Amino acid sequence: MIRLENVHKAFGSKRVLQGLTLDVARGESCVIIGGSGTGKSVCLKCVLGLVTPDSGAITVDGQDVQSGDRDAFLARFGMLFQGGALFDSLPVWQNVAFRLQRGPQKRPKAQAREIAIEKLRRVGLKPDVADLFPSELSGGMQKRVGLARAIAADPEIIFFDEPTTGLDPIMSGVINDLIREIVTEMGATALTITHDMRSVHAIADKVAMLHEGVIRWHGPVTQIDIADDPYLRQFVTGAADGPIEAVR
Amino acid sequence: MSPLLFPLATIGRSTLGMLRVIGQVTLYAGQAVSHILRPPFYPRELLWQLLQIGWLSLPVVGLTALFTGGALALQIFAGGSRFNAEAVVPQIVAIGIVRELGPVLGGLMVAGRVAAAIAAELGTMKVTEQIDALVTLSTNPLKYLTVPRILAATISLPVLVAVGDAIGIFGGYLVSTTRLGFNEAAYLRNTVDFLELWDVTSGLIKGAVFGFIVALMGCYHGMNSGRGAQGVGRATTNAVVSSSIMILAANYLLTELFFTA
Repeated sequence: MIRLENVHKAFGSKRVLQGLTLDVARGESCVIIGGSGTGKSVCLKCVLGLVTPDSGAITVDGQDVQSGDRDAFLARFGMLFQGGALFDSLPVWQNVAFRLQRGPQKRPKAQAREIAIEKLRRVGLKPDVADLFPSELSGGMQKRVGLARAIAADPEIIFFDEPTTGLDPIMSGVINDLIREIVTEMGATALTITHDMRSVHAIADKVAMLHEGVIRWHGPVTQIDIADDPYLRQFVTGAADGPIEAVR
Repeated sequence: MSPLLFPLATIGRSTLGMLRVIGQVTLYAGQAVSHILRPPFYPRELLWQLLQIGWLSLPVVGLTALFTGGALALQIFAGGSRFNAEAVVPQIVAIGIVRELGPVLGGLMVAGRVAAAIAAELGTMKVTEQIDALVTLSTNPLKYLTVPRILAATISLPVLVAVGDAIGIFGGYLVSTTRLGFNEAAYLRNTVDFLELWDVTSGLIKGAVFGFIVALMGCYHGMNSGRGAQGVGRATTNAVVSSSIMILAANYLLTELFFTA
């Protein structure tokens, strides 16, 4: 269970999170939606300890994310970054097997490569991609490699940061389906941030809408189209007029 | 605020900003050094950086030393002829190259090539979230990225300086024997007889310090790069400028320490 309680974070005078409270149950796929600059990425980074909140508590299975053995804590996570964040200097298979070649999960090179190729196959990429470098791949392929890296060590919790941004509708659909399948088959807890409503419907069990640093609405994905919250309605329909200012 | 106080406020802000950066760089250097002896180690990264920083800088350092040695011989010959001291060319070229020009020019050339490359690479990694990705993959960026670069530069620079010394002296020898009428054997004998071990060693120590500075500034500015292409560009410029200035300042301090006792 991931729990964020009354989390605040400001960068200089800009208050990004202003009392964020959210629970994500084990095995649940929660999607956080919200406009650009509302603090969705900061929220994920706070859970991972990449950003330290100014106040509030963040726990994973009751353990404070800022204390304890960081390596053991991070070993439970996989993350797909918005731009893929693949390491340019390493071939694809070494990107995927990065965690399997270092630290406590280190294993022989041949075995790490075999697992990497298996994970690449799982995300629909052929083994001959393994020896290419990230710069030789299309955006969609890079996303898939990022996904393969996120699941390489079979994590309990997977974060997806805007997984379909910059992709065409067909590739977006492919990535959404892959995420849903993988999360279901691994039984992992998933936390996704996006403003792509197709992704929300494809991936989410539960949806939380972040607005002005707090969760404005949350509920099951089945309720998202019938909820009467004006902020959620405006976001779902993409209307220019409404309580959310178009210029932030 | 009274308009009269604006200049004072500006000076105060700049001073505080400078002190903050000095403190941050010192802390960063301390953290990097403290990680050198603590596992995990990344030998493959170190070897790769030795290749990138050391081996690939050889042509730049070698050519710089060759031309500097030649020009130095011409200058000393021309200057020395004013008081009939043309014969000291081998000795002055040797001591000038080994004590000063070898390490300083080698350091500056490597600063231009390596500090810029490190800052650009790490800055781009930061902008594209690769540094964050390293953290989520349970890898400390300081250990994985900074320590191998600092170690490689600190090890490589003295070797580059030694090679640069030899090539620089050869440049002086070439010009002196072909253009200035020096005897080949006498030139070499004068050079070898005049140089002391400390002349060479002090230059190599300077090289190690300059290598540390180059990699430290490249890594610091890269890791603290701003957003976007402009942020990476600024980090690259700052890395080259700050490492060059620090090399020249460190050179003065080390010369004062080594040769004025």
